[in-house]
Amino acid sequence: MSLELILFFVLAIIAIATALGMLLSRSAVYSALYLVVNFVSVAIFYLLLDAPFIALSQIAVYAGAIMVLFLFVIMLIGLETLGGELNWRQLVWPLAMGILLLVQGVFLVIQRVGRDVYIGQTGTQLSDPSLMARVLFTDYLLPFQVTAVLLLVAMIGAIVLSKREKSNQEA
Amino acid sequence: MTITDFSVILPVTLLTAWASILLLAELFLPRAQRPFLALLAALGLALTLGISLAQSAQEFAPGFGGMVVRDGFSNFLNVLFLLTGLFGVALSYRYNQRAQIERGEYYPLLLFSVAGMMLMGQAADLIVVFLALELLSFPLYILSAFAYPRPQSEEAGLKYFLLGAFASGFVVYGIALTFGASGSTDLARIVASVAAGSANLPLLTAGAGLLLVGFGFKVAAVPFHMWTPDVYQGAPTSVTAFMAAGAKTAGFAALLRVFGAAFPALAADLSPLMAILAAVTMLFGNLIAVAQTDMKRMLAYSSIAQAGYLLMAFAPFEIEAARTMAVAGALFYLLAYTLASFGSWGVVIALEKDLDRHLSIGDFAGLARRSPWLAAAMTVFMLSLTGLPPTLGLVGKIYLFRAVIEGGMVWLAVIGALTSVVSAFYYLRIVVNMFMREGEPAVEREWWLEFAIGAAAVVTVVVSLWPFPLFEWAEWAVMKLF
Repeated sequence: MSLELILFFVLAIIAIATALGMLLSRSAVYSALYLVVNFVSVAIFYLLLDAPFIALSQIAVYAGAIMVLFLFVIMLIGLETLGGELNWRQLVWPLAMGILLLVQGVFLVIQRVGRDVYIGQTGTQLSDPSLMARVLFTDYLLPFQVTAVLLLVAMIGAIVLSKREKSNQEA
Repeated sequence: MTITDFSVILPVTLLTAWASILLLAELFLPRAQRPFLALLAALGLALTLGISLAQSAQEFAPGFGGMVVRDGFSNFLNVLFLLTGLFGVALSYRYNQRAQIERGEYYPLLLFSVAGMMLMGQAADLIVVFLALELLSFPLYILSAFAYPRPQSEEAGLKYFLLGAFASGFVVYGIALTFGASGSTDLARIVASVAAGSANLPLLTAGAGLLLVGFGFKVAAVPFHMWTPDVYQGAPTSVTAFMAAGAKTAGFAALLRVFGAAFPALAADLSPLMAILAAVTMLFGNLIAVAQTDMKRMLAYSSIAQAGYLLMAFAPFEIEAARTMAVAGALFYLLAYTLASFGSWGVVIALEKDLDRHLSIGDFAGLARRSPWLAAAMTVFMLSLTGLPPTLGLVGKIYLFRAVIEGGMVWLAVIGALTSVVSAFYYLRIVVNMFMREGEPAVEREWWLEFAIGAAAVVTVVVSLWPFPLFEWAEWAVMKLF
């Protein structure tokens, strides 16, 4: 087993464990911190795939900016902990489904023909931000633009739903 | 970017730009002039409709390096989506004033959603499919919660958003697996890699299955329908009307494009699954709808059941001739469904005088005496949804059933026919209530609303008498798809 493969499995376990921890934790702050670790381990995946630029954006944008906002919101609203204990009976079905999915996934991996899976294909072209920018503004120009509209719509939504108009208070 | 790129995407661009300008126009309009925004929104939709119709004569053209295409399929759907938008504006115009949700952002959001739907019809790359899905969904999440001091509306918005985001996760994961299996997100290249034998079929099947879950949520197919009754009931009725027709059509556009065009190689694996999904959706939707007394919930379950009939189009996928007819039949049925759905929601809006009280089926009693034309129109829509003559619904169902039988799935057609009989019970119950029971329903008189209802009813009846040109258009639309 190569060093890279060992690293991959260690990271994969950490990523899955922190994702589960985020879901199962009763404290919102812990959940957020689990999510940070999850983001970081995903970022290291990107590094393994020779994409340092994406890895660093992942850390800067998700683990950094977005998570800090999350934590601010959690603390402002004051929803640090959920009351009550975790109800394990509720989890039986999701767990069963998850295990089923996992078994299917393992089955697929065993069944797959290794050579025609593109996941492991690493390309040096992703390491250079300028090359990435070129792809983004040529091949993926349209998705890029549509994303901009999407963010605009999301912003309008946030403003509309949080702004309370005077006429509503009167009515 | 060339002129062709721009011309392919012109209708979507125009609508997006119009929506952005509309957003600013609200700033300069005094509060009393706000109804004017509806007119501007309708004007934008009509302009785009004109351009789409003018483009319909043009040949197949890809744009942005194969990210989007313009073909007969996208033209047909563009027209359908723009009509959906126009109906949506007509139904919202007075209702929003009554419900005091006349915020300036309403119509821009509606236009953004229509733009997303149109992009969905034109998408030829899974990344664009995903972005279009989000672009059409985001405004719907927001609009569902638009009557926000009212808890039901807030609940509807939140529920739709959370479950919708969850479904989007499935779509993204499906796209990732598809990319892993074939090395591309471009639909044409996925097909090519399958044909060349270089794609990993088990992984591709897994990806397709995940995509199916995500799209199944959008079209409200069983078992991904949980959100539908609550959201349809809680959202402002004008939004529900738009959502019931538009989101469903767009979901089917995605299904038809992706599963019809990109994954024919998976037909053997997927078509039994699709057939079971269709059967379960028809059975479940129709049987639960029988037990409903709340009008909005009944129509919600009816729309789930209608998704089942549309899913039948994916069953006969292994046989080439049946496939073309099935997809054309699905397009035809989508048009029939859009008209009947909008019409019946329009009648609900007309009867919903007291917005805090849920409209029940009993409230239709005596409508025939109080307002005979409205009752007649409602009868047409109910007949069309059941699939009885003389309506488009019947013609659409005949096309779908014929395709299914030719595809060799007689059992599915039998289930479809039987569940149609079940659906007759709850659809015709409303007709009986309107014509044979005494009652004093309160009816809102609104010119735009009545015009929209009337137009939908007239088209539903008149076109059904001579449906062949329309079906030929649908057939022409799917010809290039395969």
